[in-house]
Amino acid sequence: MTEATPGVRERPLSPHLQVWRWHATMAGSILHRGSLVGLYVGALILVGWLLSLAAGPDAYATYKGLLGSPLGKLVLFGLTYALFFNMASMVRHMIWDVGRGFQPKVADTLTIASFVFAAVATVAVWLIAASTGAL
Amino acid sequence: MAGTPNDFRTPMARARGLGAAKHGVGHFIAERVSGIALIPLALWAAFSGPMLAKGDFATAAVWLSQPLNAVLAAAFVVVGFFHLRLTMQVVIEDYVEGFVGKSALLMLNLFVCVLGAGLGVFAILKVALLGGAL
Repeated sequence: MTEATPGVRERPLSPHLQVWRWHATMAGSILHRGSLVGLYVGALILVGWLLSLAAGPDAYATYKGLLGSPLGKLVLFGLTYALFFNMASMVRHMIWDVGRGFQPKVADTLTIASFVFAAVATVAVWLIAASTGAL
Repeated sequence: MAGTPNDFRTPMARARGLGAAKHGVGHFIAERVSGIALIPLALWAAFSGPMLAKGDFATAAVWLSQPLNAVLAAAFVVVGFFHLRLTMQVVIEDYVEGFVGKSALLMLNLFVCVLGAGLGVFAILKVALLGGAL
């Protein structure tokens, strides 16, 4: 039942990434999925933080030192952007889910707005952190 | 296949029963509802971050011992992993072709998310109920 029927040509594959011109909705789609994979790791980092807190002051200090290192801060900065982008991009998808915003200009605007929102919110959180002396 | 009774089956008959498992709508809705719930939870978590980053162990333990913070943190962890499990499932289904590999990754995804949520909630309860004491 599963063998290919003779005489039927192979089904065409969908075009690969590199034949497309870059545009906003394409970048948004890729980053939406990329940010999701990042946030999966981020959720595990969050659980690690909770476990270190439950394990006591020494474990907490070690874990916090790890997150506070230059590499840790870079990862957390990226995760902040991923969180806010995924959030905004999901709202964008929900607008499409109810059947609105499919005109190319509107779709592009929604996507660029998601990038901008994520940037502004990320900078806001890190400015708050910097102004309170948390960095 | 010539000469077998299969010759008389139409393409439609052969395709029937091989299609969607009819769970797609539930998945779609659960993904979006949990996503909406995560908007306020994630905003709360993101803006709690700087305060926790500034403080030490005692700051974090006292903060997480407050009922509202403990409940919101538990909700964030549980709903978060529920949402991640659903969304990562779609990524795996999109990119992994083989049945065995795909099934293994889908199970791993489920196990990681259940374990992550369980460990997270347990850690929150321990800190909230014991005040961070060992």
